[in-house]
Amino acid sequence: MNTGRRSVWLLTAMILGYAFLYGPILSLIVYSFNESRLVTVWGGFSTKWYGELLQNQKLLDAAFLSLKIAALTATGAVVLGTLAALVLVRFGRFRGRTLFSGMVTAPLVMPEVITGLALLLLFVALEQLVGWPSGRSMTTIVLAHVTFTMAFVTVVVQSRLAQMDRSIEEAAMDLGARPFKVFMVITLPMIAPSLIAAWLLAFTLSLDDLVIASFVSGPGSTTLPMVVFSSVRLGVTPEINALATIIVALVAVGILVAARIQHRQDKQREKDMQRAYASE
Amino acid sequence: MAHSATSALMANPWNDPEAQPFIRIQGVSKSFGDYVAVNKIDLDIYQGELFSLLGGSGCGKTTLLRMLAGFETPTEGKIFIDGVDMSSIPPYERPVNMMFQSYALFPHMSVEQNVAFGLKQDGVPKKEIAERVAAILDMVQMGKFASRKPHQLSGGQRQRVALARALVKEPKVLLLDEPLGALDKKLREKTQFELVNIQERIGITFIVVTHDQEEAMTMSTRMAVMNQGMIEQVGSPVEVYEYPATRFVGEFIGSANMFEGTVVEEATDHAVVRCPELDADIFINHATNLPPGAPVVAMVRPEKMKAQVEKPESQYNYVRGVVTEIAYLGDMSIYHVRLATGMVVQISQTNLRHTAEQRLTWDDEVYLTWHPGNCVVLAQ
Ligand SMILES: Nc1ncnc2c1ncn2[C@@H]1O[C@H](COP(=O)(O)OP(=O)(O)OP(=O)(O)O)[C@@H](O)[C@H]1O
Ligand SMILES: [Mg+2]
Repeated sequence: MNTGRRSVWLLTAMILGYAFLYGPILSLIVYSFNESRLVTVWGGFSTKWYGELLQNQKLLDAAFLSLKIAALTATGAVVLGTLAALVLVRFGRFRGRTLFSGMVTAPLVMPEVITGLALLLLFVALEQLVGWPSGRSMTTIVLAHVTFTMAFVTVVVQSRLAQMDRSIEEAAMDLGARPFKVFMVITLPMIAPSLIAAWLLAFTLSLDDLVIASFVSGPGSTTLPMVVFSSVRLGVTPEINALATIIVALVAVGILVAARIQHRQDKQREKDMQRAYASE
Repeated sequence: MAHSATSALMANPWNDPEAQPFIRIQGVSKSFGDYVAVNKIDLDIYQGELFSLLGGSGCGKTTLLRMLAGFETPTEGKIFIDGVDMSSIPPYERPVNMMFQSYALFPHMSVEQNVAFGLKQDGVPKKEIAERVAAILDMVQMGKFASRKPHQLSGGQRQRVALARALVKEPKVLLLDEPLGALDKKLREKTQFELVNIQERIGITFIVVTHDQEEAMTMSTRMAVMNQGMIEQVGSPVEVYEYPATRFVGEFIGSANMFEGTVVEEATDHAVVRCPELDADIFINHATNLPPGAPVVAMVRPEKMKAQVEKPESQYNYVRGVVTEIAYLGDMSIYHVRLATGMVVQISQTNLRHTAEQRLTWDDEVYLTWHPGNCVVLAQ
């Protein structure tokens, strides 16, 4: 009786919660299959907006650019973020560790407007001083995105590294492997799942970013969110709905894969631990 | 006990002042912040020894081993292996291999790849690697698990893989941190003998960390008993058991009855100690080198005490008490005897006859006696 009522209550809360979170997205997906040009009037099922989307060269270019930026960003951020995580976990206490740790993770809480503005000022100043990067382009967007996604990578990799049994690397060294070799053949394979998860996270974050990209992009480097944003200001078209649906699908797949990798890894660790304790 | 036989034949290098130690630990200390984990240790270990480091949890055994392997830098002191100062030599260039307390197997590699790892680093030809890996896996009876991953193995199996991985490179020194901790009693005893056999066959020096005193006694040529980062005594198992240097060693190794007292008589060939717990003074058939009046602890091992019903004739070395508890262990029995002062003394007797014929039972009043040579006097 009691539990029954509670579960009804919980169920209602859950449905309302999901409706609040995903209702708008769901309606967007539904309307992307709308026959009518009017976004608010249902005119029957059709996939014609997806076809039209494929004709829109401007949108396609922007999408391709965004994907390229996201891939470059994710790769760069994983490299730098992993290095930062290594320093934080492995170097023990060093002078300025707290400062370093704070600086690395600051972009997590920094308002994007500020990050974007600061980076823009930096790029302008750099261009005046050393002539690079010349103008705002894809390069500056990638650099800016690496800066802000690296913090997320560091957090993910850091937690994995901290859980890793140090003596495994020591054993490799004891058996004659030099530190760099140990890193390549022992540490990297062991943290690989978290690197993949971090890469996907950085990729998604970069693909999604509008604010920072708006600050540091130049002519000819208009990313997908920027195109979407500017066209929506003139009125939402079903075409944008179709595009959004595709993006939602991509992001969902990305998150699912990342979550599965993380989950499998946790499961594996749990299993290993159980085995280890059971056999003691 | 494979060792006692061979070590009787072998000249013991630690008694030979000419012999050069293979490992020389000189005044080594290690502090973590304010905490001193290893405190000014001096230790010489000779070629071909099976040396045990014995001590309670947290006394610094692993830390000392890690300094030998090169994972920790001594805060003070120096370590020489084969005459070479190890201060500036990184772990991957030291002639030692270590078997870790946590095994530290590479989780993403199969058993075979784990064992082959060390040989690969040395650039051993592929064919030879395969042969040596197969041979060593057979030796630890893990041949049929060669393609498994570490998480598919039981604790004991992992331990054997870790052992094989450390052994396969045939280092000059093998460091083993609690090598047999995860094995059940039967397998552990068997593996102890195997380890001793392997060690004698390949002749490399083993340093074994353990907190199991029985294990240390069975396997070692010599052992060091550690306490709070310091070495209390170094010696052969017999020396350490029969002639403990300190009260801690006496209590840590085996069981011991300790009687506090003072020296009342001291001569070149004997000494007498008076203990308030005992009915009679203790007579010892050698000098204690302590002045009369010095506070001491007299230690008698449970198996060195005899129980009898009649009052002994000698005026020394006995105490009267009542049997309060009997533990039957199969091969022997342990009796708890309460003295008049309330102190409980432990004695043990080998069960030569069937239990039905046992002479002692509960509430029996007995006299405990011991031979003048079987009491060890330790300065307080
Ligand atoms: N990296 C470290 N930082 C701080 N303290 C440490 C560190 N390593 C060891 N210690 C401390 O040093 C002491 C000795 O540790 P050690 O691991 O050598 O003990 P042990 O004799 O091997 O014990 P056990 O039998 O439980 O393995 C312990 O009190 C431990 O807490
Ligand atoms: Mg230890």
